Amino acid sequence: MPTAFHIVVCAGIVPDPLQSLEPVMGPAGPALKNEMLLPAVLDPWAASALYEAAHLAATNPGSKVWLVSMAPKAKLQQVMMTVAQKAAFELVAVDGPLGGFIDAHATAAALADAISAIPGLDRTKLLLFGGWESASRGAGVTLQLIGERLSLFDQFQGVDQITVREDGSFEVLERVEGGQHQVSICSGAPALLGWATGNLPEPRSNPQVGMANMRTVMPALQKAKPAAVAAPGLHYDAAQLPAQQRQTRVEKDMTPEDIARELVAWIGAE
Amino acid sequence: MSAETQIPETQPAVDRAAMDVDIACVGFGPATGGFLTELTRAWTENPADPAFESRAIPGMPLQVLCYERADDLASGVSGVVTRGHGIRASFPALNPAEIPMAADVRTERVFYLLDPIGASRRSALLRLGDAVLRTAGRPLLHDSAFELPWTPAFLHKHGGLVLSIGQFNQWVASQVMGAGFAQIWPGSPVASALFENDAVRGIRLADQGVDKQGTPTDGFMPGMDVRAQLTVVADGPVGSIGQALDAYLGLPQGHARREWALGMKFVLELPENQPADSPLQPGTVWHTFGFPEPEIFGFLYVHPDRLVSVGIFLPSWLGDPARTSYRYLQHFIQHPLLWQHLKDATLRSWGAKSLEESGQHGEPFLSGNGFARIGEGSGSTNMLTGSGVDEAWSTGVQLAQSVVELLHQGKPFTRENLASTYEARRRASEVERGAREARNARNGFQSGFVRGLVGMALAGLTGGKLSLGAHIPPPANQLRHSAASLSREKAAALAIEDGRPLHDALMSARGWPEVPFDGRLLVSHQDALLLGGKVQAMPGFADHVVFRDLGLCACCEDHTCVAMCSGQAITLGSNGVPSFEREKCVHCGACLWNCAHPPAGYDSNLQFLAGSGGLHSAEN
Repeated sequence: MPTAFHIVVCAGIVPDPLQSLEPVMGPAGPALKNEMLLPAVLDPWAASALYEAAHLAATNPGSKVWLVSMAPKAKLQQVMMTVAQKAAFELVAVDGPLGGFIDAHATAAALADAISAIPGLDRTKLLLFGGWESASRGAGVTLQLIGERLSLFDQFQGVDQITVREDGSFEVLERVEGGQHQVSICSGAPALLGWATGNLPEPRSNPQVGMANMRTVMPALQKAKPAAVAAPGLHYDAAQLPAQQRQTRVEKDMTPEDIARELVAWIGAE
Repeated sequence: MSAETQIPETQPAVDRAAMDVDIACVGFGPATGGFLTELTRAWTENPADPAFESRAIPGMPLQVLCYERADDLASGVSGVVTRGHGIRASFPALNPAEIPMAADVRTERVFYLLDPIGASRRSALLRLGDAVLRTAGRPLLHDSAFELPWTPAFLHKHGGLVLSIGQFNQWVASQVMGAGFAQIWPGSPVASALFENDAVRGIRLADQGVDKQGTPTDGFMPGMDVRAQLTVVADGPVGSIGQALDAYLGLPQGHARREWALGMKFVLELPENQPADSPLQPGTVWHTFGFPEPEIFGFLYVHPDRLVSVGIFLPSWLGDPARTSYRYLQHFIQHPLLWQHLKDATLRSWGAKSLEESGQHGEPFLSGNGFARIGEGSGSTNMLTGSGVDEAWSTGVQLAQSVVELLHQGKPFTRENLASTYEARRRASEVERGAREARNARNGFQSGFVRGLVGMALAGLTGGKLSLGAHIPPPANQLRHSAASLSREKAAALAIEDGRPLHDALMSARGWPEVPFDGRLLVSHQDALLLGGKVQAMPGFADHVVFRDLGLCACCEDHTCVAMCSGQAITLGSNGVPSFEREKCVHCGACLWNCAHPPAGYDSNLQFLAGSGGLHSAEN
């Protein structure tokens, strides 16, 4: 018999990964240069969680998906016009700043409060989804902290698959080292799952899904409350992008053996 | 490759989802921005007004949806200077500081650029003129440039705005959708119009889950039919719905679309600590002509925060079939006038766009049963003043006012009703007056650069009363096939030797110096796709560039579509025919009008259809 879940997906928005990012130190701490100018997307890890949530809800009738996101309202609205076509959900919007330099504890507190305030959310059916990492320069701990605040003690990270069983329990595949998965059995909701990439492709954009979602997206944006996420004690010494180096050289008439020899030497020098 | 790019046979019928709305808009740019802003404002004044009750879903407000091809509403491709009359009329209290990269126009200068290299294709007459300038005009020459002491009034943008269209679109969309009335959906290419006899009854979105030829694969999702009482066509000069309407209805008697240009530009960031007396202050506007080729006009606009848009326009009447905008742009910014200010800058973004330059000569039917056309695709661009954004915006506003009028009168969106409201408003507007003045302003350029300047000045200074006559051939006939033949053999050998594109090699063979790549400002075309252009295409859509007859391509020696492809998405295969890579296409549409050998009955051997993806840059 299918199990009905209440799936809450926590998903931030991040600059489109195709953009050139440049950290700068502003008066309020580190930030990304021109971040408000850059197009934004749903955090790719959390997007996987959303697609898995939508799939799980579709295969377990009676289930429902909420998407909880904190960002400037205008930016969030923009991203929702793309995301809303991908999966059916009800948006819970929290008006907050952009960027991955916000204190994870403050963010977790704001999101936990927003989740607790969702009308009709049944804790006994609750699956809290999110990304196990983030493309937003975050510390990758926000989801766990939300779980702690909501007293969700069954937590799984690096999840690639969930299989619900007849009795409402479910099997979870978590990534471990060496390309292996750890198999766990959870007796049922409530639980927290931090998703890796999952196994589902990005859904096609469906205009009808988008239209249906808009019935909740626009009102949610209009009533989004500002979140207090300032953390006066937090101080960043520095921020920098991962080092990137691209060395291009054009060689003609080089033998495969010479190429292989040079590659081996280059790899060995790393 | 040939099999992959052929136009598919008719698709089998499939069950499609359908939806009824009141107004469906195709494309989100300045024209739709103006339309939705005005319409939203009218609704906001009295949301309970029964005129705004939906006919499609009774009891609900008017259902107004806009579908945009680009993956993000900010992915516009144009840094512009605009007089902004229409925009400011919509936002009387407009503060440019609220819009990223926007600034009030402060200074305008016009420069004639001499060729410091000696590689450009200058006529004997022009060379003589240059020699005179270099000697008699020496006191007025600085940095191989001659500044016009007087800027013609028709070029002035006093009181105007320097904008990034990407950022402006984003700002407008935020205002519109924040009101909760209209919805703007990105990443939604519109494949076709729903014709019913002589009426348009809506649109069909592009199929998803198909291969390159459009054949269904895993996850096939047929594009939805969106049935609408009014379809607002604002998909620009190469939009699929605009093209479909032109093919279905034809153009008005005597009209033709024969003049085009490709605008390509960089967005650069100047280094910090700019000198206080730097001429590149926010709001600075420079217009140039004369270099890298006489026919190529250039521009430089300065945004706030040390950002600069710098670019060129390559017209269809630049006869050389080896024309290539990217390399020309690199030579342009290295002209001494610009290079002294830009040499330490960093390339942040890059993009390209086709401009429909026929003006009123290319104006389509502006409205019909169930549809209206606004913006650049409706022929609103003013070719004399070189402006199109404000004109496009204004046509959108005019249509919105007309829609509100018809809603209040309870009249349907028929040809007669739209003609008596929208077309009447447009004909009585500044857009129309400007278009009439500009109608023949470019006539002389088909006969040479100097004659073109004379014709432009004549039209500009007399308000369009006087102009030169011209016979303007189709774009393919504007190519002068002999222009590159002298160096073709040498260039081909060079191209084969080092693997460069043929057009690139041709320019080298003609005397253009190699571009000294520095990995920061001067980068290879391929690197620009990664560094500045951020091109991406969603999987699951069919190719949007298809070749009608690859046999013709195999016989073509010009390969102008390859040379002019802004993203190197069209390349020459080993079998001598071009192939298309959707993942590299920036959707500039240049290939459509850069075909040297169109089949009989067509202007081009290429079709530019509805497609997903393109540039992912908000700074354009």
